[in-house]
Amino acid sequence: MTSPAPVLPTAAAPAVNLAKPEMKRTREGFGHGLVDLGEKRPEVFVLVGDLSGSTNVSFFAQKFPDRFLQVGVAEQNMMCVAAGLAAVGKIPYLATYGAFASCRSADQMRVTVAYTDLPVKIGGAHGGISVGPDGATHQAMEEIAIVRSIPNMKMIVPCDYWETRKATVAMADDPHPNYIRFGRELVPVVTGPETPFAIGKANVMREGKDIALIACGVMVYEALVAAEELAGRGVSARVINMHTLKPLDMDAIERAARECGAIVTAEEHQIHGGLGGAVAEAVVRLHPVPMELVAVHDRFGRSGKQDELMAAFGIKAPDIVRAADRALSRKKAR
Amino acid sequence: MARLTFSLDELRERALFVRRDIIALLARSQSGHSGGPLSSTDFGTALFFHELNVNPERLDDPGRDLWHFSIGHVTPVIYSLMAERGYFPLADLLGFRQFHGHLQGHPSKHDTPGIEVSSGSLGQGLSVSCGMAYGSRFDGNPRRVYCVMGDGEQQEGQIWEAAMFAAHYKLDNLMGIIDYNRKQIDGDVQDVMGIAPLADKWRAFNWHVIDVDGHDIPQLLGAYEEARRTKGKPSLILARTVMGKGVSYMEDDYRWHGVPPSADQAEQALRELGTSLEGWTRRLETHTARAIAPPANGKA
Repeated sequence: MTSPAPVLPTAAAPAVNLAKPEMKRTREGFGHGLVDLGEKRPEVFVLVGDLSGSTNVSFFAQKFPDRFLQVGVAEQNMMCVAAGLAAVGKIPYLATYGAFASCRSADQMRVTVAYTDLPVKIGGAHGGISVGPDGATHQAMEEIAIVRSIPNMKMIVPCDYWETRKATVAMADDPHPNYIRFGRELVPVVTGPETPFAIGKANVMREGKDIALIACGVMVYEALVAAEELAGRGVSARVINMHTLKPLDMDAIERAARECGAIVTAEEHQIHGGLGGAVAEAVVRLHPVPMELVAVHDRFGRSGKQDELMAAFGIKAPDIVRAADRALSRKKAR
Repeated sequence: MARLTFSLDELRERALFVRRDIIALLARSQSGHSGGPLSSTDFGTALFFHELNVNPERLDDPGRDLWHFSIGHVTPVIYSLMAERGYFPLADLLGFRQFHGHLQGHPSKHDTPGIEVSSGSLGQGLSVSCGMAYGSRFDGNPRRVYCVMGDGEQQEGQIWEAAMFAAHYKLDNLMGIIDYNRKQIDGDVQDVMGIAPLADKWRAFNWHVIDVDGHDIPQLLGAYEEARRTKGKPSLILARTVMGKGVSYMEDDYRWHGVPPSADQAEQALRELGTSLEGWTRRLETHTARAIAPPANGKA
């Protein structure tokens, strides 16, 4: 039954110096993506809940003040005002911290936005533990689980500045609700302006045949670093950038399972219901193989620096390497 | 597209039809809310058969007024108003809350053509209406946006977020109506969680408040007209109503918030409303969706 696997297009990523990558903020990608859209799409509106500066929607506000709507500290109202704008033909983007977008206004997202299936575009800023000093309340680590469980929603977690900018623009063409998660801090740039991006189509960042590292967000860089380390030990690791959590690229997952025989997922999110859970749901049905999940283990975050938090919570490249070793030994034992 | 020009007697007759529909469809489905739909019937009728500039034969008409029930649970009155106004045949009411029908327990855009945005979780509709009003004004669209709320719903914090937003952006193309029947599912509103002084609260939020008898059609028409003339701020119609209005044993009794009448109770209610279940069913056979077409001489 199995036909030869098609040759995967390896993303046209620029050569990245993993030891000293260019650093850029994903929230800037969101801000610049909105400006790109403002010029092309007169129906695009941007709403914000008193966080113009930190979500970088201020870029749009300066250029298109008439289509920028300040809602104040009222996330529930903002979600539904956006729905009303969508109902009269606008493409509203709203921005607040992911902790609030996914939790404070979850009911509004579920009932008014998703059940009506309106093209509301939800921007969740400051995603993940990498937010750092603000601490647990502002470190959104449940977004993937919440959003992907709601029918009609799409969930995107881009890996760097360029991908965030492209995803922000691409969302405008989808006539359904979308949620995009991006971060606060500087993160490595691992794609370029020419790297292809399509919602729901994973990008293979590095070819490999012994194990697949499937990551999203800032963890794509960590996976690339881990793959380099594994290569030094003679292990060929494929790195898949699963920027869209829903709909999941089932094809890419099935090929990874069949061709590599072991999978490690890596995400800056709670272990329950995130990327690892989503991939596992697919793997058990398509082609079960040993799997390990690198994620935050059911704990709230705390204040600290980005790097020290990621290390303390077990989501740095060495954690991915250790998980790969576990998965590979299980693969070998089969 | 034009407003309908019904006389007061004709409007009162429509309200009677709507009350009969509510009782009959609740009796048939044995599921759904009785109290709120009956208290909303008169201001709903004045809205659908006088105020609204809509054309049920062309649902996507870009100039149509937008109406939204934030209290999604009053579907019996919403669906009756829609059927009586010509959105779909009255016989469809028999599918209320049924698996094979197109009338969900709470309004669903993708099941019921004519519903603009789905609702059912309280407190969200005024925000939705704010977005509609803001976007319509941005486009230079002269349409108006109407949002029906409940009094128990005023306990939701999001209502006040939206109230602040509408006044801040001076959305004078937006009109809210509160079904002030003073009852909610657990009891009297003042006992469950007091909301008084409600008119003062809305005035303090910079809305133009019009306090009326929610069962008095001429008062309601006057209030809608006053709201339309009010510039620079949104208007709120505080419609003082009686839960279960029109059915003796339901009136002013909170226990009728969320339950349907039994077959026997429905027959008694329909007798009080001048018909019977059989008589109501006969009317279905002759009713078509186009029974109410906008009159050619309607006012613009």
